[in-house]
Amino acid sequence: MNAIDPNLPEPDNAPEPHSAIDMTHGGGGRAMAELIRTVFHRHLANSHLAQGNDGAVLELPPGRVVMSTDGHVISPLFFPGGDIGSLAVHGTVNDVAMMGARPLYMSAGFILEEGFALTDLERIVQSMARAARDAGIAIVTGDTKVVEQGKGDGIFITTTGVGVIPDGVNVSGNLAREGNAIVVSGTIGDHGLAILSKRENLEFETEIQSDSAALHTLVAAMLEAVPTIGVLRDPTRGGLAATLNEIAQQSKVGMMLDEDAIPIKRDVAAGCELLGLDPLYVANEGKLIAICDAADADRLLQVMRTHPLGQDASIVGTVVEDRNAMVQMRTKFGGARVVDYLAGEQLPRIC
Amino acid sequence: MCLALPARVVSIEADEMAIISLEGVKKKISLALVEDISVGDYVLVHVGYALHKVSEEEAARTLAMMAEAGVLASELDEIKGAPA
Amino acid sequence: MKYIDEFRQHDLASKVAGAIAKEARPDRTYHLMEFCGGHTHAIFRYGVQDLMPANVHFVHGPGCPVCVLPVRRLDDAVELAERHGVILCTYGDMMRVPGTKQRSLIRAKADGADVRMIYSTQDALRIARENPDREVVFFAIGFETTTPPTAVALVQARRERLANFSVFCNHVLTPAAIQHILQSPEVRDMGTVRIDGFLGPSHVSSIIGSAPYEFFAEEFQKPVVIAGFEPLDVMQSTLMLIRQINEGRNEVENEYTRVVKREGNTKAQDLVSDTFELRSSFEWRGLGNVPYSALRIRAEYADLDAEKRFTLSDKASREVKSCECPAILRGVKKPTDCKLFGTVCTPDTPMGSCMVSSEGACAAYWTYGRFRTNTGGQGATEDIVA
Repeated sequence: MNAIDPNLPEPDNAPEPHSAIDMTHGGGGRAMAELIRTVFHRHLANSHLAQGNDGAVLELPPGRVVMSTDGHVISPLFFPGGDIGSLAVHGTVNDVAMMGARPLYMSAGFILEEGFALTDLERIVQSMARAARDAGIAIVTGDTKVVEQGKGDGIFITTTGVGVIPDGVNVSGNLAREGNAIVVSGTIGDHGLAILSKRENLEFETEIQSDSAALHTLVAAMLEAVPTIGVLRDPTRGGLAATLNEIAQQSKVGMMLDEDAIPIKRDVAAGCELLGLDPLYVANEGKLIAICDAADADRLLQVMRTHPLGQDASIVGTVVEDRNAMVQMRTKFGGARVVDYLAGEQLPRIC
Repeated sequence: MCLALPARVVSIEADEMAIISLEGVKKKISLALVEDISVGDYVLVHVGYALHKVSEEEAARTLAMMAEAGVLASELDEIKGAPA
Repeated sequence: MKYIDEFRQHDLASKVAGAIAKEARPDRTYHLMEFCGGHTHAIFRYGVQDLMPANVHFVHGPGCPVCVLPVRRLDDAVELAERHGVILCTYGDMMRVPGTKQRSLIRAKADGADVRMIYSTQDALRIARENPDREVVFFAIGFETTTPPTAVALVQARRERLANFSVFCNHVLTPAAIQHILQSPEVRDMGTVRIDGFLGPSHVSSIIGSAPYEFFAEEFQKPVVIAGFEPLDVMQSTLMLIRQINEGRNEVENEYTRVVKREGNTKAQDLVSDTFELRSSFEWRGLGNVPYSALRIRAEYADLDAEKRFTLSDKASREVKSCECPAILRGVKKPTDCKLFGTVCTPDTPMGSCMVSSEGACAAYWTYGRFRTNTGGQGATEDIVA
């Protein structure tokens, strides 16, 4: 019997490097460890991850601790102005910032579908690394699981952020009061339109980019100038309308908006017209709403406009007394309309 | 019903198609339902088709009619001495 | 946006509003039916009623192809997607409309049916080209504006010999619907629904022209003004109707001259008559059977007719009991007259088409009308149905 010398190289039969995720990557074995090392640790490099433990020890400054979590399932994964990775980082940084807190740490959980291209994964993780670095935040712990083909839309990312609220800051959705000013940090509808422009069967050519951005430094500047800001929220899914309605209900107040004052880019407005969409309901990923005392509004606006992410900031309305908690708007045309919650996602229409 | 928008034709393509632009947002649409369309024309767009050319003269005439309606009303005000 | 922004100007709106206030006689009321759901949408979205005097009422008409599509036809579309394994291409508007047992296309999609939302029939043709081993059915709905695009698809599919493409045709006709309303006992004899004049549909008219309405003006002695799509157009057209009513005229006037000619778009009309023919009768949700009000695919294109290619089961299609969509569509009842409105039936859980379609009376009333505070206009009218 011939013994096969294990030291002999096997010509033409060497294993190809992995090009796609397969079930072994989630198996907890060597393939998974390799994946974590070559993709995740390599790009997200920081001292916490380098320790290679299942969790991270956090050092928090004194103050109230905030935690927020978010799942990201967007399609398409890559869009003008961003991708699911940068979106995840910005989204969680913003969630923490909207509580009035300074974001400090993040975790990231990945659910990968069998067959997902490794080059895409790498591109996404690199994007997350870049977004985290630019935001001054570290992704200190994470997890990876793999599901069978057909059981996941390529990649799902869940991020959780932790931050600390400085003394004197009290931000909550139920703190809008009659007479308060409603401020928006910039143009609405950019992100939603950018995504739609890439959706199958709706393709249109445009320069519109997602506004996906980390808003925490803008928030910090705003809170320093006006520490009594009562409400902060980012109008993501459902747009400005959904977010304002949520706040109105939480605070049990009404709102009167001024359509003329709501900033919107001309091409975003045009894209909405073409598809029959109302921009008030289109998602934003780099904008925020602030509600503060009317007396502080002008000063707040000044501070916002000097920040790169707040240059188009505008006072868009006033909080009013209304036991039905309706959000209404004086239209450019002169008449008034109600700006209601929408049932489900707004779909392009022909009628 | 029938959401339709006036948009400018920026290029004519093969197979009776054209590219229209609305404030820089461009879409490829079909010209199968219209005739004699040139670059620079405005067309009414509905579900990816041009339905009709938009007449510049008629648009101006309609706007003038609307402005005139107001003139008449304010003249009446003067006659009646009523507040505007 | 050229030809759009100019017709939304606030200062012109005030001028026209002033004229309406002066010319609307205080000793009577005016009930004007806007046939087209798009006009209802514009009226509410821009708050046009705030600029109207209290004695001018808009009566909402059945010009919403989503609202009037019979439940049975929607059930057929769902069946095509679920049981015949086709790729069903549909406009976004139809996705959430509930059929029998609340079964909608979006639910069918969630359960695994291949339902694809498209923007244009050109997309449906492309899907057919890209999937030669699958049957692709285009769910065609809409009035005369949306019919020519379907005609083009039929002609192109024939030319390219796209064997896997077919159309499930539900196109309906405006003049027939208007006639049906004007002839209905509530309008003609009982006066329960008062209609003094019509705001004619904008884009249907760009295709069919203004000529077809001359019959109504004559026969039923009602003025018609073909109104453009923007809020200023609606107001100017309202002014023109009020003038006709005051002067006792019953003519067809055209406010939307920038895209509507008397003869309409003859190229589109010819394409439609080459590919479609009249059905002798078609059941409209709410209006019942209306003669010569709908189209089916001509015999010459029978091979592209989904109704011939697929055998659809006989259905006992049911509306939800107590759903008042039929009466609301005819203007006989208001959304608030419906027991289900706001309780069981909301935009989140629509029971009937009036709530699902963004132009349906119930959806409009819910979204824009409930809890309306008087915002200090010349006289806000709360009714959207007389």
